[in-house]
Amino acid sequence: MKKEEYLELYRQMVLIRRTEERAAELYQQGKIGGFLHLYIGQEAVSTGLVAARQPQDRMITAYRDHGVAINVGLTAKEVMSELLGKATGMSKGKGGSMHMASVEKNFWGGHAIVGAHLPIAAGLALGDQYRGGDGVTICMFGDGATNIGYFHEGLNLSKVWDLPVLWVCENNQYGMGTAVERASAVSEIRQKAEGYGIPNERIEGMDVLEVKKAAEKALAYIREGNGPYFLEIMTYRFRGHSMGDPERYRESEEVDCWQKEDPIGVLHRWIVENKKATEEELKQIIADVEQEVEEAVEFAENSPEPAPEELFADIYAEEV
Amino acid sequence: MAVITVRQAISDALREEMERDENVFILGEEVGVWGGTYAVTRGFYDQFGEKRVRDTPIAESAIIGAAIGAAMTGLRPVAELMTINFAFSAMDHIVNEAPKLRYMFGGQFKVPMVIRAVGGGGRQLGATHSQTPDAVFAHFPGLKVVAPGTPEDAKGLLKAAIRSDDPVLFIEHATLYQWRGEVPEGDYVVPIGKSKVQRPGDAVTVVSYSKGLQLTMQAADALAKEGINIEVVDLRSLRPLDMDPVIESFKKTNRAVIVEEGWRSYGVGAEVAARLYEEAFDYIDAPIKRVAQKEVPLPYNRTLEQMALPQVADIIKAVKEVL
Repeated sequence: MKKEEYLELYRQMVLIRRTEERAAELYQQGKIGGFLHLYIGQEAVSTGLVAARQPQDRMITAYRDHGVAINVGLTAKEVMSELLGKATGMSKGKGGSMHMASVEKNFWGGHAIVGAHLPIAAGLALGDQYRGGDGVTICMFGDGATNIGYFHEGLNLSKVWDLPVLWVCENNQYGMGTAVERASAVSEIRQKAEGYGIPNERIEGMDVLEVKKAAEKALAYIREGNGPYFLEIMTYRFRGHSMGDPERYRESEEVDCWQKEDPIGVLHRWIVENKKATEEELKQIIADVEQEVEEAVEFAENSPEPAPEELFADIYAEEV
Repeated sequence: MAVITVRQAISDALREEMERDENVFILGEEVGVWGGTYAVTRGFYDQFGEKRVRDTPIAESAIIGAAIGAAMTGLRPVAELMTINFAFSAMDHIVNEAPKLRYMFGGQFKVPMVIRAVGGGGRQLGATHSQTPDAVFAHFPGLKVVAPGTPEDAKGLLKAAIRSDDPVLFIEHATLYQWRGEVPEGDYVVPIGKSKVQRPGDAVTVVSYSKGLQLTMQAADALAKEGINIEVVDLRSLRPLDMDPVIESFKKTNRAVIVEEGWRSYGVGAEVAARLYEEAFDYIDAPIKRVAQKEVPLPYNRTLEQMALPQVADIIKAVKEVL
């Protein structure tokens, strides 16, 4: 990897972090409505996955989707505008925090019903297989999604049809406020893939370089026509499940402990120790991101509301 | 014009569309090697191969979910649910994903897919396998819901559904498969969202669709012998619902009966009646009547089951009541 590539991973993670920190403030000011699920703490997962993919590989994820949105190259302006429900959002203000996507950037959405996007991901992969393409669908979901039927139907179908899917369970150890071992019969989630004969592994998810390496290996395996692969990536969310989370289910010491493994800090130390860049260069990236996010907030706040005719637009692709 | 069954009409539409467009493929339970549990896709597996005629696990969410994903990539899947009763196992994908993905992402996605689902009572299959829940699905904006009654409409509407860029639920009725009728030669489509007068008359407007249409046509024959000529309007599509021919007919007859096989409460009849009250109040000369299923889970026993289902005699009685 070249120096610029390390710095780009760093920039993306800082941009996700800063965008969300500002979003949390705007939420508290009442400028963002609905639900807001922050990705803070988990940035290395989506950043590593997207860095590992080829342009033909599709991304699809659950409702905690701001990270992927930024990794695939949607701008902070588009993300912030969607959060504020403005016409300049990538979903024209009609999707909100949980529904970001970009066909152009091969990002097939944030999906808000837990687990329901897994069969859809199988279908995306079927589309590539049907046409003889070599794209892989990278489908992310939380540990909580592995207890619902859609997960099992999706995994089973992917193996029966040998679909090119990389299943990625982001195990952040809580489904909302319920710890994995209180909700899942096996707390090592990868064992569920074992039941469907899908090769699998569990990796640490706080080091973006490790995530990227594991994903590259898995994608190469799938691209050779071997069918699906399953990655369980251990991670941790530093904030609540959503903005309205009383956090009665975990001790602050646990959060503190994980924050020592902050994925941005991990990469920061690695870059400096391995002399890929200096502290000053990293500081400059942070300053540039700060400015980019402030401009995005200003842009979003000054963007127009969706026009009234948008209410009835895009219900159908065809005139009815 | 050839005379064929509804089953043949559906099968012909599927085959012709698959021959026309390589992006069209079928997936579902027993659609391939078995040939379809209602024999609609018999011979398809040999003609098109396993890539385009895909047997699936018994997993309805996987079937509909995979169809959605494939449709988002530009393919045109026709997903078959063995019966519409199994649609409840895929409810999230049918009502909460397919119809919302385009709108929710600001028009970025197209979901050109068809869900074929056969329903209806009258075959002694018990309460869980005999439902006519069409109105449930017609409730959701973003989904198109069609339910043809005649072979001509079955073929033309299925072709329109497959060519549509939107998700379409295509509802078939198991006891209509043997109904025969004339079908135009060659390639044709029947547009989605257009009601049609199937039999002209002047006494009462009887609105129906699918199985109810067959019963209504039989009632029309019996009534004609008594000199009562009803006008039969076939909705054909439940969403979008085309009320124009219904209102036009009603302005002439000033009387309406609505016939459906599903339950009366919150049903198609309720919707059509409400629209007549809203849009043609000045033309009402008699209470609008509904003929529908009794409010019970359908029993297995043949006599009890037929007591619960709407009958030709019920339609005749309702027509005479509003005259």
